[in-house]
Amino acid sequence: MKAFTYERANSLAQAATGSSKPGAKIIAGGTNLLDLMKLQVETPNHLVDINRLPLDKIEDTPEGGLRIGAMVRNSDLAADLRVRQRYGVLSRALLSGASAQLRNKATTGGNLLQRTRCYYFYDVTKPCNKRDPGSGCAALGGFNRIHAILGASDQCIAVNPSDMAVALRALDAQVETVNADNATRAIPIAEFHRLPGMTPQIETTLRQGEVITAVTLPPPPPGKHIYRKVRDRASYAFALVSVAAVVDAAGGRIRSARLAFGGLAPKPWRVAQAEERLIGASASERTFDSAASDVLNGARGFGGNDFKIPLTRRTLRAVLTEASVT
Amino acid sequence: MEMDAPIGSNALDVGAQGVVGKPLDRVDGRLKVTGGARYAYEVEQGPKTAYGFVVEASIGKGQIKSIDTGPAERAPGVTLVLTYRNAPQQGTGNHHVAHPVLTSPEVLYYGLPVAFVVAETFEEARAAAYLVRVNYARTPGRFALRSGLGQARAPQGGAPPDSAVGDFAGAFAAAPVRLDVTYTTPLQSQAMMEPHATLAMWDGDNLILHTSNQMLNQGRDAVARTLQIPVENVRLISPYIGGGFGSKLWVNADAILAAIAARQLNRPVKTALTRQQIFHVTTHRSDTIQRIRLGTDRDGRILAIGHDVFSGNLWSEQNYEGAALQTRTLYAGENRLTRHRLAPLDIPVASSMRAPGEAVGLLALECAIDELAEKLDLDPIELRLRNEPAADPEKHIPYSSRHLISCLQEGARRFGWDRRNSKPGQSRDGRWLVGMGVAAATRGNTLQLSKANVRLGPDGSAVVRMAMTDIGTGTYTILTQIAAEMLGLAPEQVRVELGDTSFPQASGSGGSYGAASSGSALFDACNNLRAKLARLAGMDPDSARFGDGRIEAAGQSRQLVDLVGPGGIDADGEIKPGATSTEFSQQSYGAHFAEVGVDIDTGEVRLRRMLGVFTAGRILNEKTARSQAIGGMIFGIGAALEEALILDPRFGCFVNHDLAEYHVPVHADVVDVDAIFLPELDAESNPLKSKGVGELGICGAGASIANAIYNACGVRVRDYPITLDKLISELPTQS
Repeated sequence: MKAFTYERANSLAQAATGSSKPGAKIIAGGTNLLDLMKLQVETPNHLVDINRLPLDKIEDTPEGGLRIGAMVRNSDLAADLRVRQRYGVLSRALLSGASAQLRNKATTGGNLLQRTRCYYFYDVTKPCNKRDPGSGCAALGGFNRIHAILGASDQCIAVNPSDMAVALRALDAQVETVNADNATRAIPIAEFHRLPGMTPQIETTLRQGEVITAVTLPPPPPGKHIYRKVRDRASYAFALVSVAAVVDAAGGRIRSARLAFGGLAPKPWRVAQAEERLIGASASERTFDSAASDVLNGARGFGGNDFKIPLTRRTLRAVLTEASVT
Repeated sequence: MEMDAPIGSNALDVGAQGVVGKPLDRVDGRLKVTGGARYAYEVEQGPKTAYGFVVEASIGKGQIKSIDTGPAERAPGVTLVLTYRNAPQQGTGNHHVAHPVLTSPEVLYYGLPVAFVVAETFEEARAAAYLVRVNYARTPGRFALRSGLGQARAPQGGAPPDSAVGDFAGAFAAAPVRLDVTYTTPLQSQAMMEPHATLAMWDGDNLILHTSNQMLNQGRDAVARTLQIPVENVRLISPYIGGGFGSKLWVNADAILAAIAARQLNRPVKTALTRQQIFHVTTHRSDTIQRIRLGTDRDGRILAIGHDVFSGNLWSEQNYEGAALQTRTLYAGENRLTRHRLAPLDIPVASSMRAPGEAVGLLALECAIDELAEKLDLDPIELRLRNEPAADPEKHIPYSSRHLISCLQEGARRFGWDRRNSKPGQSRDGRWLVGMGVAAATRGNTLQLSKANVRLGPDGSAVVRMAMTDIGTGTYTILTQIAAEMLGLAPEQVRVELGDTSFPQASGSGGSYGAASSGSALFDACNNLRAKLARLAGMDPDSARFGDGRIEAAGQSRQLVDLVGPGGIDADGEIKPGATSTEFSQQSYGAHFAEVGVDIDTGEVRLRRMLGVFTAGRILNEKTARSQAIGGMIFGIGAALEEALILDPRFGCFVNHDLAEYHVPVHADVVDVDAIFLPELDAESNPLKSKGVGELGICGAGASIANAIYNACGVRVRDYPITLDKLISELPTQS
């Protein structure tokens, strides 16, 4: 860990100002940032602690949705009765992530910013374009079992590890921010995370000094909520493939479906064509396979992760089968 | 005493109070759960203590061309940067007898310490460690096991790598039923909870090391040899150890680096490896390639049994993974062949991990037996029954005790084995394909030289001292029970002090021999103390009974406190292995039963329930023995389904070197796991008539899971661990 200065923010304005300086970072739960600092993967020169800011409320919105404060802990969010009743996919996604202790500490805003678990990213002695732009990608020719099959570039094939963000993507959440000039933004979750392209070190559209204040959910979409996480052990493992699904089906037909995927790409993955194909379609293996083909359009394995392609197909089929049983 | 003849009826059999065997709670449990037990890194030596941090080589093989320590030396708080340029000359030897550090610019393997940065605080040392700039000249290395197979040779110096009985080749070729399969097991890491840590201090020429180490006496020898100082000048202290599983059998770099730095700075130096460093800086278990050939008659009687094993190690080491050792003794058969070959590699040292040999050997052998049973259309338990040997088939000596069949049959009854459909893929529970599997467990039993001292004080309480360790197994507790039993005291009246080389020499914790060896030495010491007390009471030692703090014989009864006097009275004891170790084939045995579900869509495997039925001689504590067995079985779950240290052959490094990505079982993986011990006494093993339990639970556990997976879905994966990517391509596409 490199020496750094520390500041406890007493207001949003202070947080935004403090984190505007080059090399400054906000610390919330710290479940990911501190680990990365110890390994010098992250080397901030200044930390702005926002744990005392009153951003820990979950409020109903006039539109019938929810506004979730950035500092709401993952365990509190998962346990909130309104979330459990109306946004089951989100509650389930949260509870499938990390461990109870980590969920008690991790926050809504921080979860959106957690960084990839690529082994080479975590090891500062290895090339990694995300950590050290221009140094290369050790995962491309290396051990890449957990890496991306969609949305990757020849600069970086890392995946986003969040479960929460996958559910938020299916729910069309928005990320609310404020900056030092008190200007606010509402960023659709689809635009919050970036694909690596030539700049894998830039992972989100958040700007320096911009503080996440809340995540808002529109009114819940109709249908059954499912979060299916496929992983190497029963708990405390990142997704190999995960599916957040909200599917409205009746009488063997699908009325609407929202499908977001984790473990496949540098950001929570969603394919409009797959969802459109399902609208009004019969709930059949053939339909499900066609939707899977839409999702996997352009998928490419890098050796160790080739199995994710059939695994995605099989998992989606299982989820849609479960969703359409009425 | 020397273990030269079978043990007759003794004080644990006749006139015992029944303390030994009871499920006594751990006597150190409260200390551990309240943080009162001080582990090596937690020992405080005041503000003079400096902190060291290891800098690892970041290449797999080559040479340090230049090393710039200037920025690190100028960093805040730094007091010393050790490299090969300023480290002292040290003694050498293989990994078991010495651990020289920073000896030359040669990089033998990835993660080899190349510098040790010492500062006023841990954080300063760690930050400065990142400032050490090392320039390397890389040379090509042999990293992957398969890359070293061409140079593999029979290892020298240890247990004989080969064995042959009869004519294996001829008998196998002629056998009516033949199986020839190759299994592989991956690199594994012990992944114990407590990292390797040391606090080193010098007092003149005397060195004290508070260090996390399983075997203090051999550790002391290795420290003395490495630092080239007299052994009597070295004291190792290790009262509490947060797991070792073999990783702390030998002295590691933390101890030697801290000792050297403490001497140069003339102040205490403390260091701990980070979780990430442990994977490279310490030892691991080698991967293996195992070919098993079984030839039988049409009734399943084995005519030929062959087991060939490749493992790898750093080229200068001879330690090999003895994965075929149990194949020499587990099943009958007149024609036998086992061979171990060791590939010389340029990777960190491979060494013992819980049940070295059997743990991975049975992953192969017990699945091969399952495959053979299917080929013969026999129940796998029946096949094992038909190949139960009357005597050790290679040594041609009797077994000291062997109740494998009882374990299999009792386990089958309790587990409901008769409900298993022998045809794979027939049982379904929702999206789960459900299957059952069985495997035998066996682990060699040995005894090691150990000594003990027991003192009865004037208040009637006893203190036991020995340089034994408790690595989380329950040694404090069973030694408390043995002393209480033998001296007729309540367990609360006994205090056991371990983990200090100033106490009598002991076996240490390894090879499942700790309880038998240290317990037998204590038993001997207690017998000697009983004789002294009987003489003081004017009673015949052989007929005297001890209980409730009294000695009784021939109608006479005396309080022990009235005999000992103000200074107390003590006795020494000793156990040495003797003739029974060569005249009898000694193993503990068991049978594992597992039921798993395989997700028909995703290939995820989840354990549903698991039972182990074991025999291991006298059980010294029902609770700690069961915990050991269950802990071993959980290791087996990991070995079957999760554990694999991944080598990147481009760098010679292990890529998943943390506990987020090196997977061991978590609580949610461990459902409905139970272990029971059947009654057994082994008169040839040791005076306690016990056998080892520390490693038995892992032996065969993973194979029962692998066999259950096959029974569930009909896919036989021969490359561990059995992860979903190896299953899905074989699973049906329609659910």
